[in-house]
Amino acid sequence: MRSAVVVFPGINRERDMAIALAASSGRPPRMLWHTETDLTGLDLVVLPGGFSYGDYLRCGAMAAQSPVMRSVSAFARRGGYVLGVCNGFQILTEAGILPGALLRNAGLRFLSRDCYLRVERADTVFANNYQRGQVFRSPMAHGDGNYYADEATLDWLEGENLVAFRYASATGALTPEANLNGSARGIAGLYSRNLRVLGLMPHPENRVDPLLGGADGKPLFDALTAAFAPARP
Amino acid sequence: MSERRGDGEGPGVKAIVTVMLKDGVLDPQGRAIAHALHALEFAQVGDVRVGKVIEIELAEADADRAHAAAEEMARKLLANTVIEGFRVRIEA
Repeated sequence: MRSAVVVFPGINRERDMAIALAASSGRPPRMLWHTETDLTGLDLVVLPGGFSYGDYLRCGAMAAQSPVMRSVSAFARRGGYVLGVCNGFQILTEAGILPGALLRNAGLRFLSRDCYLRVERADTVFANNYQRGQVFRSPMAHGDGNYYADEATLDWLEGENLVAFRYASATGALTPEANLNGSARGIAGLYSRNLRVLGLMPHPENRVDPLLGGADGKPLFDALTAAFAPARP
Repeated sequence: MSERRGDGEGPGVKAIVTVMLKDGVLDPQGRAIAHALHALEFAQVGDVRVGKVIEIELAEADADRAHAAAEEMARKLLANTVIEGFRVRIEA
């Protein structure tokens, strides 16, 4: 898998993401500075977590206007695979690549803790190592992860089956208590219509090694690696 | 007076862009402020909404053109129109 991790000023999870990608694929990702625009030859572009441009104006607003994002938008339009985690998800919505927006957490607190995610569909390149309805544990760390879209957009997302993950209890129940940041319909992650762009707030890349408390996030990176493995003779 | 300057110098105006969350978008910060105001015994306080004010100096002497430019800036960057609305005011 030929992947790249985009590095914006103020990002802080790019190395965690690079470690997760390299651990699964055996190949370190290219690190792409935000001023670069050449994405030639890449299977996957990853927008990692952090606080690009200090979250000034709105989370992801400045990054969405950067030179690299014009290339990422074009890459996504051509059918390229893009993963955006946390700030990366915020950037994808600010750039209009995914619908909706991420608001301040409903409880106003920055939430740095584990959460449970229910897999809403498993027939994608990102999630096919999970089962539909499976619950896995993932760290989360954000102040603005409260997913918002108007009702018509939410109905459209549900109708097109584009919800990737929802916040759930350990047993998979969708309860208000499990929906830690107050997201509309418990949405933690979303696909684009062609299922090639995934944005999510939690950090599966921080749970890919039993030494760090579990490997619940590793199936996602293994699935991507398998999808882009060179065909064997 | 009508000469247009694009180099950031010369006579200009100030654009004041006010960005607010749209009605119907929950504003937990505004709600927390309302709670605090009630705690201070301002019993007359109802709904509170929090927004941003962005002041931009413009090297543009024509108020209409300045207004149009500031609106474009708001649409492209200053406001996220999925969740926010904006108002532009031009000050000489």
